[in-house]
Amino acid sequence: MSQPHILTRHMVANRTDSNTLASYEQSGGYSALRKGLNSMTPEQIRAEVKASNIRGRGGAGFPTGVKWGFLAPAEPRYLVVNGDESEPGTFKDRQLLERDPHQLVEGIIISAFALNCAKAFIYIRGEYPKPARRVQRAIDEARAAGYLGDNILGSGFSLDITLHLGAGAYICGEETALLNSLEGRRGEPRLKPPFPAVEGLYAKPTIVNNVETLSNVPWIVNNGGAAYAAIGPERSAGTRMFSLSGHVNNPGNYEIVMGLTWREFIYDLGGGVPDGRELKCWIPGGASAPWFTPDLLDTLVTIDDVGQNGSMLGSGAVVVMDETTNVVHAAHRLVRFFAHESCGQCTPCREGTTWLERVLWRIGHGMGRPEDIDLLLDVCDNISPGLRWPPAMTTICPLGPSATAPVNSIMTHFRPEVEAMIAANELVQGGVSIG
Amino acid sequence: MADTPQPELVTITLNGVDTEVRKGQLLIDAAEQAGTYIPRFCYQNRLKPVGLCRMCLVEVEGPRGTALVPSCTQPCTEGLVVDSENAVVHKAQEGVLEFLLLNHPLDCPVCDKGGECPLQDHTVAYGPGESRFVEEKRHYEKPIEISDLVLLDRERCILCARCTRFCDEISGDSLIEFVDRGNGTQILTFFDEPFASYFSGNTVQICPVGALTAKPYRFRARPWDLEAIESISMVDSVGSKVSVQTSQNQVLRINGVDSDTTNHGWLSDKDRFTLQAIHSEDRLRVPLVRKDGELVEASWGEALELVAERLGSVRGDEVAGLGAARSTNEEAYTFAKFLRSVVVTPHMDAQLDDALSDEFLAATLNRAEINDLETAGTILVWAGDLKEELPVLYLRVRRAATILGATLIVIHPRRTGLSDVADHVFTYRPGEGADTLRRLKAGDGPFAEARQALDSGPVMTIVGRTGGAEDPRLAESVAAFARTLPDAAIMPLARRANVYGALDMGVSADLLPGRVSVRDTEGRTALEDAWGPLPEGRGKHATEILQGLKSGDLKALITLGADPVGNHPQPALAGEAVESAEFVVSLDTLLNATSARADVVLPVAGFGESEGTATNLEGRVQKLNRIIPPPGQARTTWSVLDDLARRMGATLGAHDAETIMKEIASIAPAYAGIDWALLDWGEGRDGVVLPGPDGTQPLQHMPVETSVTATTGRFTLHLGRVLYDNADVVRNSPSLDVLVQPASAAFHPRDLAVLAVQPGDSVRLAGDYGTVELAVRADESLAEGTVYVQANMDNSRALGASLIVQVDAVRGEGS
Repeated sequence: MSQPHILTRHMVANRTDSNTLASYEQSGGYSALRKGLNSMTPEQIRAEVKASNIRGRGGAGFPTGVKWGFLAPAEPRYLVVNGDESEPGTFKDRQLLERDPHQLVEGIIISAFALNCAKAFIYIRGEYPKPARRVQRAIDEARAAGYLGDNILGSGFSLDITLHLGAGAYICGEETALLNSLEGRRGEPRLKPPFPAVEGLYAKPTIVNNVETLSNVPWIVNNGGAAYAAIGPERSAGTRMFSLSGHVNNPGNYEIVMGLTWREFIYDLGGGVPDGRELKCWIPGGASAPWFTPDLLDTLVTIDDVGQNGSMLGSGAVVVMDETTNVVHAAHRLVRFFAHESCGQCTPCREGTTWLERVLWRIGHGMGRPEDIDLLLDVCDNISPGLRWPPAMTTICPLGPSATAPVNSIMTHFRPEVEAMIAANELVQGGVSIG
Repeated sequence: MADTPQPELVTITLNGVDTEVRKGQLLIDAAEQAGTYIPRFCYQNRLKPVGLCRMCLVEVEGPRGTALVPSCTQPCTEGLVVDSENAVVHKAQEGVLEFLLLNHPLDCPVCDKGGECPLQDHTVAYGPGESRFVEEKRHYEKPIEISDLVLLDRERCILCARCTRFCDEISGDSLIEFVDRGNGTQILTFFDEPFASYFSGNTVQICPVGALTAKPYRFRARPWDLEAIESISMVDSVGSKVSVQTSQNQVLRINGVDSDTTNHGWLSDKDRFTLQAIHSEDRLRVPLVRKDGELVEASWGEALELVAERLGSVRGDEVAGLGAARSTNEEAYTFAKFLRSVVVTPHMDAQLDDALSDEFLAATLNRAEINDLETAGTILVWAGDLKEELPVLYLRVRRAATILGATLIVIHPRRTGLSDVADHVFTYRPGEGADTLRRLKAGDGPFAEARQALDSGPVMTIVGRTGGAEDPRLAESVAAFARTLPDAAIMPLARRANVYGALDMGVSADLLPGRVSVRDTEGRTALEDAWGPLPEGRGKHATEILQGLKSGDLKALITLGADPVGNHPQPALAGEAVESAEFVVSLDTLLNATSARADVVLPVAGFGESEGTATNLEGRVQKLNRIIPPPGQARTTWSVLDDLARRMGATLGAHDAETIMKEIASIAPAYAGIDWALLDWGEGRDGVVLPGPDGTQPLQHMPVETSVTATTGRFTLHLGRVLYDNADVVRNSPSLDVLVQPASAAFHPRDLAVLAVQPGDSVRLAGDYGTVELAVRADESLAEGTVYVQANMDNSRALGASLIVQVDAVRGEGS
């Protein structure tokens, strides 16, 4: 099954030094920038991006062109690139940063021109030192080549890009927490409204876009929004990066056209489950996404199809679990992540995620009680009332509700297995205190 | 005062009922006003809402169905449909409470907050019956001292951020912060930096649990044993509204009460913790009479007979009175009436020549209210360091500059607490203020922008003496200029709690009760109709009184809560005056440098022990209430003076404080119509700004510019106040006394080089009134040629307030 390359075309063609300016230019790099700055108006570029129907690749899948349209007119205004890829199982942006940083830089410059921003920031997680070095080198090369700085390519447009490294908090991938972190504050999500497009970085209008989203912009400008929109299903246009991991024969990053089935993705592209074992379930879009079970193998990989089945493509992390997986341990591992990464400012997330984690740990360690199942579900309900999709929240941001997804998933799909685990728990049945 | 514009109204549907509310008002407030209380922890009406605790979640209808939103961050818009009581909301509230209690220790029986704890109360009202949490709770070291006054128990903390927001938004002392994250989030101070804020007690007051406790109150009482009464703080002239809380006749706690006009609920730690002085072991409990050089206990009869006899043995105008600036209006009025009509002397002063002129303070035109800060376009502060002198006024100015966006100009000889938030800061060498004013008026050089800002009204000017050595006429010159600015409002500053009231009561050489000049013939005649003949001749001010006592022109001195020896700018003169006086009688609560040398000391009731009124720096009359009896045999001041008058063959008619106020209202023009009933506490009852309902102000003081001669001399003195000084009330409050730092002599670093001294070395300062030796400190904010010394310290007092001082390095032996 062959997939067209857009985002990865350059790194696939050059497997040694695709990160350099020379290599990037050789393969046609910065032609979109010339085209955009010399022959297009910001309005025209915005129109092409809107026409491309590209939806944000950071998780929420919001149409990028529409988001850009919300940017308030006040000056200064900022473009911020979210490279805080931190969700377990997600490693797609890393490859784009590391292998094709110029594609991102070009996308940023074009987008900043389209949005009339004179300053852009790239926020990369602190655990990505190599990608950060390469992005910084790309910025430096671009500046030296006249693609960045004052009066870029004689267009009269000027832009500077500052690279900022995070300090190890997943929550800083949430766009308003990212802005706080960038401002030197604690990485805590802000109350919305106001949204960043109105009041973002330093209380100025700000667009926050994901690395992958902006890496698509050069291709869109070169080939036109309509050409991009023509790729894949109508509401899941373009190609998309997926990080496939877990119990598959061919783990790794895949750039695919959406609209294939999960069976095609996991079995044809991913090579299926190793050693002929049975597929038990998979996470279709990152740790926050409710799990899918094999009865959904023939549904389509599109934003809408996944959403209609109660989950999301999210950050593009597909984690495959085979029949050997202990779902309680798996859920505990994910919930532990969210508890560890909770910023702590709002009560249900700070207290609730840790509580879930501790109860799952008990069950996973032979100390579960029959009432723990209802307890877990009710604690989840107090974080995400109704446990519906998309989730309702008693919290400020979706991190808390994210932690309910694995719990709700195992109780929905594997409740007998959890019950059996608890039933096998002799410690509690024997009356041993667990206080 | 600015008019409040008519608010725009919108209709919201709250629990099925259409309700008219103010557009943009926060839902949590709108609902409460409509009678629906929504539980909350992090929301505090004077702090920016943050929506952290999630206790106030309500269900709101939106374009994509209903959603739970925090009502503390939801503004009211037309057509908003809200349910605060349905099953979804109740489930969320129960959930939040269960979450908060997971790790909250159930040590309520030993927690100071137990009994007045929102977490307890909300758990009873909205919480689940029991917890399903069977794991081990979070543990931290039990309380850690984050300052000399405040302890933090992190196990009890529910992380509502009230304390941190208070420090960031209100006081500006950002000394506590969230550290760590998630389940390990906690409030802490920064490394090696204690929570040393003048306002730390406010965080204790607004903490919704027992996480922050104040040392002076810890384990002293249970809330249900406390009696409380509303009153006003008598620590300074802001007139902050307080709740005085007692048990078994001991004042155990003073909390701020939210008042729109004055303190917004906040207090300084001095307002809050000087309650310890009320019950000081050193409180005067019995009359003292000097026998064989020693003050010995005497009966009231013996002491008063002696005072009556001695005062009767000299001519009336050989007697002078000082004080009443910390008394109630009723006490001050009785004092003035006693002096003018019983003793028959014109010599009296509520001040010690250490602030501004009586007429300027009492009766200036365009007088400002504190709330003029809320609408001011530009604020000019040319006064003492407000953070040190009038901390609650500092909070209000800071709010205007940081939250309300007023342009703030601060002029003072050094950096002040407001410098960080001011738009324009100017410093000058004491003695060169007139030149600074000339340059400001002209918009000269660096003053250009500030001058321009002063054209954007309304302009509120807070003006006072920046230091004890500054010529008070400078402040009047500033006020004269300030009057010419658009929509000018002027607040002339003095610090002592009821100095404005005492002046209004006529404890002044220049003023008769009710803002009447002694030169006002009509006013005099009217007063004589009530009081009988008034003394002739010009009255002496404090310094003249002391000079008169020293020279023998005056024979006797009566002090009422005043300490000229400790506080007058010329301490040596004051000492000699008291020594030379034939007879000195002091009415006071504590023995001070003056009363310790008196012939008779009469113990009087103090704060919380007597009822009455006081008039704050706005001219706002408010009620002071009594909740405990005075200690020992101490009596109210008015009853002592009434008794004394009777023994001198006269009558004052001072039977009780309320009757005295009726007399004041009938005699003092500015107080006409003032009645205690008007001053009852309650929501929105914030006293009365003078002139009262039927009042007039006969004296209209117009500040005038005086040419103050620039002073020459190598060094001029900035004698500035600090909040924690060696005042008696601080000395008698152990919690605060430990915070007092001895005075030092601060110079600009270049002056240190010229003097060839280093920080830590000693210098001798010699002025017109005395000499002291102080350790040297560098202060880059000072102009060269300035020496800054903290006033009213045991080691600086002897210097006095001489503008020009001679500075000499003190060389150790061998150097």
